[in-house]
Amino acid sequence: MDFNDSKEEATFREECRAWLNDNAQRKERPDEVFGQGLSAEELMQAAREWQGRKAQAGFGAITWPEKFGGRGGSPIQEVIYRQEEGNFKVPVGAFNVSLGMVIPSFFVHTKSDAAKQHVHDALHGKELWCQLLSEPGAGSDLGMIRTKAERCTDGREGWIINGQKVWTTLAQFADCGLVLTRTDPDVPKFAGMTTFYVDMDAEGVEICPIRQANGEAEFNEVFFNDVFVPDEQRVGDVGAGWKVTLTGLMNERLSIGGVIPPELWRTTMKHMQESEMTDGSSALNDAQMRQQLSNLYLDAQGLWLLQCRGLTALGQGREPGAELSVAKIVGARTLQDFSYFAMDLKGTGGILTAEDLGDSWRLVEQLWMGAAGMRIAGGTDEIVKNNVGERVLGLPPEPRTDKGKTYKELLV
Amino acid sequence: MNFDFSEDQKVLRDSVRKFLQNESPLTVAREVLENKQSHSSHVWNGLQEMGITSLMLPESCGGFGLGALDLCVVAEEIGRQLTPTPLSSTMYLATQALLLGSDEAQQQQWLSRVSEGSIATMAAPLDGKKTPLPIFEGGVLNGKAALVPDAMSAEFVIVLAQDNSQQPVWVVCELSEQVERTALTTIDEARPFGALNFNNTLAQPLNKVTDALALLDKVRNRAAILFAFEQIGGADAITEISVEYAKERKTFGRAIGSYQGIKHKLADIYTGNQMARAHCYYGAWALDTDGEELAIAAAGARVSACRAFNYAAQESIQVHGGMGYTWELDCHLFYRRTRQLSLILGAESQWNERIAKELEVKFLSPQAKA
Ligand SMILES: Cc1cc2nc3c(=O)[nH]c(=O)nc-3n(C[C@H](O)[C@H](O)[C@H](O)COP(=O)(O)OP(=O)(O)OC[C@H]3O[C@@H](n4cnc5c(N)ncnc54)[C@H](O)[C@@H]3O)c2cc1C
Repeated sequence: MDFNDSKEEATFREECRAWLNDNAQRKERPDEVFGQGLSAEELMQAAREWQGRKAQAGFGAITWPEKFGGRGGSPIQEVIYRQEEGNFKVPVGAFNVSLGMVIPSFFVHTKSDAAKQHVHDALHGKELWCQLLSEPGAGSDLGMIRTKAERCTDGREGWIINGQKVWTTLAQFADCGLVLTRTDPDVPKFAGMTTFYVDMDAEGVEICPIRQANGEAEFNEVFFNDVFVPDEQRVGDVGAGWKVTLTGLMNERLSIGGVIPPELWRTTMKHMQESEMTDGSSALNDAQMRQQLSNLYLDAQGLWLLQCRGLTALGQGREPGAELSVAKIVGARTLQDFSYFAMDLKGTGGILTAEDLGDSWRLVEQLWMGAAGMRIAGGTDEIVKNNVGERVLGLPPEPRTDKGKTYKELLV
Repeated sequence: MNFDFSEDQKVLRDSVRKFLQNESPLTVAREVLENKQSHSSHVWNGLQEMGITSLMLPESCGGFGLGALDLCVVAEEIGRQLTPTPLSSTMYLATQALLLGSDEAQQQQWLSRVSEGSIATMAAPLDGKKTPLPIFEGGVLNGKAALVPDAMSAEFVIVLAQDNSQQPVWVVCELSEQVERTALTTIDEARPFGALNFNNTLAQPLNKVTDALALLDKVRNRAAILFAFEQIGGADAITEISVEYAKERKTFGRAIGSYQGIKHKLADIYTGNQMARAHCYYGAWALDTDGEELAIAAAGARVSACRAFNYAAQESIQVHGGMGYTWELDCHLFYRRTRQLSLILGAESQWNERIAKELEVKFLSPQAKA
C-alpha cells in the first residue's frame, strides 16, 4: 500500500504543474471561482479556449486512447491533472458531459467517416457536444422516451426525428448532440431505441433555455420537428441505443474527481474563523461547530479515498464499480451540507448573496443551489440506491408492471 | 499511488478467513459469551500456530518483522467472525506499547513470549481521560487499574502508573497470583474486561519512553486503526447477513428486500461501510508509514468505522423484525460488539474532535499552505 505518488506519478504531476504555471493563474484562495462577472457566452468562450490549449499540450483527454487524440494515460494521471488544475483559476466543468460522457460513447460505437474530425474538434474545444436523453415523460425511466426516428420514405438514406428532449445541459451552446430515439415501438422498451448524432443547427432543431432554480439557464428544452439525419449519423446498430447510452453513463461514473472543490475543510474553517457565536467567541472554538467541521471533512476526504480505491482497481485491471457507485450520493449531499453549514454560520446574515457578502461567498451560493441539481442529474438519489441495492447487493427488484410488454402496450 | 493491500497480504487474508470460518464461526463467539469464558483458547492457539501473533514482532523476538498492514488484514477477519480471542489486548495494545517504548533487550524479554502465544494486555485509561493511576515506587506497583481488557487471561500487563512525584510512568509486570483480578460484567461478554489490584507487585519501567502521555496517545492512535479494521469486518459481516435475510423473507407476497424502505436502508449501510473502508485503508497506510498524518487518519478511520458498524448492527435487528430481537439470532452479538468497540477507546465525538484539532493545526500553521 502506498498512498504517495509513484516516481512516474510525481514526474507527471511536475509536468502538469509546470505547464499550468506557464499557462494559467494560480488561485489565491482554494474557494476562488473562475469567471467573475463574465456572461454565460463569455464563460463558454473561455472554456473553449482553455480546452483548446489543454488539448494542444496533451492534457485535453488524458485517458482517451491515442488513436482518438488522447494521451493514452491512466485514470490516476487524469486525477493528478485535475488536482493540480484545481489550484488554478481556469474554467472547469463545461466539457464534462461532452468529453466525459458523450464523445467516449460516440467514438466507441460510431461508424461514420466524419467521426474522426468531430472527435478532434470536440477534443480541441472547437465543438461542444450535448446529451439528449431525458424527456418530459422519461427521466429516471429512460426506456419510456417518445422522441421517434423513422426511416425516410422519400428515397433519402436517412431518418426523420420528431419529439422533445428536456434538461439538456448546455444545448444552447452545443454544436452536436447524441440523441436517444424510439425506432421500434413494437418491441420491449429497451430494445426499440436507437442513437444518432445530430447537428444542433440542423433544420427543425429548436432550443429553448430553461430558467433553473438558481436563476441561470444551463439546461434547455430541445424540440425536433421533422429533423433529417443521414443514416451515416446513426451511432451503433438500429435497436442498440440503450447500449450506447450505457457506455456514456459508465464513463460518467469515473468522473467524480472534479466534484468536490479542493480543500473544502480549509474553506469551511475560514468561514468558521469569520463567524462569532452569540457570546462573541469564535465559531472555531465551539464544540458543536467543530463536530460539523469534522463530519464534512470525513465525507470529503472519504470520497477522495473512495476514488483512490477505484483508481487502484482500474490500475490493476479490475472494474471499480461497487466502490464508486455510492460516490455520487455522498458527493452531492456533502456539498449541500457544506453550503448549509456555511450559511448557518453567518446567522441572519446568511440570507444575503455574494452581491453583498463578496466573492468569497460565490462558492457557497453556487453549491447551495447546485448540489440540489446534482442530486438529480445523472440519476436521482433514489435511483442510485435502487442500483446499489439491486446490482451491488443483489436484492430483488420491485415488482414491475412493464415487464414482457412492448413499448406500445405500455403507452395505454 | 497503490491504495490496496499486496498480493501477499491478500493471501494472508484468505488463509485467516478460511481458518476462522472453520474454527471460529459465530457459534464460538456465542459460546464464550454464554459461558462467560475468557476466550477461545482453541482459536487463539490456532492463530499463534499460524504465526499471526508474530507478524508485527521484530525478528529478534521470534517475529516476522512485518509492518502494521498485515495485522490490519487479520483484524478485519477477526471482526467478521467476532472471534473471541485476546488479539487486540495483546497485539493492538501491549505489543504496540512495547514496540514504541522499549529497547531491544526489553522487547526481547517480553515480546518473545507473545510470539509463543502469551496473552498480554494494557492497563491505562484507553479513553484518554484522567483517571487515578496505580502507584509505582521503589520498583513495585500498588493500587487499582479499572477496565482492563482480557484482564482475566493475560499473563503480563503494560501499566500506565504514576511515580512518587505524580508523573505518569509506563511499567510492565507479570500478572502473578499476587495481583488480584476481578472479572467485570460488560455488554459484550465475548470480549471480557476485568479490574486489577496490585499489591507490591514487582514491575519494570519501559526503558525508552520520553513522554509517557505522548506514548499513550500514539498507542491509542494505532489501536484505533486496528480496531477500525475489526469494525469494518463486523459491519460487512452483519450487512451480508441482513442482505441474505432480506432476499428470503417474504411479506405481502414479495421479498422484503424488494421494498425500498429496506433496500435503501441497506444501500445506506453499504455506503457507510464503503466510506469507512476507504478511511481505514488510509489509516492503515498512515500506520505503516508512521508519518504526521497518523493522528487524523486514525481519527477518521475510527469515527467512520464506529458509525458504519453501529448503523449496520442497529439496523440489522430492524431488518430481521421480531426474529432480530431474539437471543437465538446473531444480530445481538454484533449489536453488543459494535457498542463495546466504539467505547473501548472513548466515544466517537471525542475522536471527531481530534479531527477538528488536527485540521486546526494545519489551518493555523503558515507554511502548510503550499
Ligand atoms: C442540473 C441538471 C442537468 C441535467 N442534464 C441533463 C442532460 O444534459 N441530458 C439529459 O438527458 N438529462 C439531463 N438531466 C435530467 C436528469 O437526468 C433527470 O432529471 C433525472 O434522471 C430524473 O428524471 P426526472 O426529472 O424525469 O424525474 P422522475 O424520474 O420523474 O423522478 C421524480 C422523483 O421520483 C423518484 N423516482 C422515480 N422513479 C423511482 C423509483 N423507481 N423508485 C423510487 N423513486 C423513484 C425520483 O427519485 C425523483 O425523486 C439533468 C437534470 C438536472 C437537474
